[in-house]
Amino acid sequence: MSEQAHAEHHPFLQHHFEDLGQQHEASTLGMWFFLTTEILFFGGVLCAYWVYRIIYPEAWAVGAEQQNTLFGGINTLVLIISSLTMALAVRNAQLGRRGGQVLMLILTGIFGCTFLAIKMIEYHAHYEEGLLPGAAWHWAKEPALVPQVQLFMSFYWSMTGLHALHMIIGVGLLLWILWRAWRGQFGPEYYGPVEVMGLYWHFVDIVWIFLFPFLYLIHGAHHHG
Amino acid sequence: MAEQEHTPHVHVTPLSTYLLVFFALAGGTLLTWWVSTINLGWANTPIALLIATIKAALVILFFMHVIHSTRLTWVVVIGAFLWLGVLFVLTFADYLTRVWTIY
Repeated sequence: MSEQAHAEHHPFLQHHFEDLGQQHEASTLGMWFFLTTEILFFGGVLCAYWVYRIIYPEAWAVGAEQQNTLFGGINTLVLIISSLTMALAVRNAQLGRRGGQVLMLILTGIFGCTFLAIKMIEYHAHYEEGLLPGAAWHWAKEPALVPQVQLFMSFYWSMTGLHALHMIIGVGLLLWILWRAWRGQFGPEYYGPVEVMGLYWHFVDIVWIFLFPFLYLIHGAHHHG
Repeated sequence: MAEQEHTPHVHVTPLSTYLLVFFALAGGTLLTWWVSTINLGWANTPIALLIATIKAALVILFFMHVIHSTRLTWVVVIGAFLWLGVLFVLTFADYLTRVWTIY
């Protein structure tokens, strides 16, 4: 890319920026402002979750016991691996390695889809067990706690559902970035879109890092009858 | 003003750093699962929260490159978590002091 010594002539430099460095800083900073709204968006749901967890500790422990810890744990590892491959995709873009970039983006997408597939298996099992609040509910292992476990499961479905929606959007964005990487549009001078894609992907990973212990790993210290 | 150069200061993180962070995150996942199988009473929840917070910090600092970013980015990232703190503290200041709700 040394022939493009004049950064102002770079095809992806927007006219309102002085140069690619300023453009890169503006786009990552803008993404962090967006992620701030995302942190507060998920933060609101988490805050409501904690208020009810403090009020109904037994139901929360029983609700978490209904989760498949093995699937949840494997999915946590799958997302962490996908974050590693995403970070390596950015690194390959910085180094101007097109092949490595494309490979790492494809792997990230595959791990993202693996997460969603395992999540769907869990959702199906919960539906079968009657753990979907509403007309399909027929879980009654702890009859006295049914209304409160329904509340826990409402949090479970909304929090994991919102997270899964973010994953689906992430895989969609990934396909777009993959297309651009395939066409060789990114390199050491211009890799902002890959970096911003990575910021989004890692944020979604962080949400799951908290959801896993909150929804699957509540120790049943509160022993119930 | 216009003569100030914004050169794209590309900081390429070494592969070994990414792999170390990855193994720390995987280890943290196994640790949080293992700790949850032991009855530590009230301490189970703070330990789970602490492990998750350390994992999140590793992702933010290294995978999201905040450790090498501009001070302005640091301000925005820290500001985001300050607002999250306000959300939690003010909500709990209300609900945790409603003694009648806890029963």
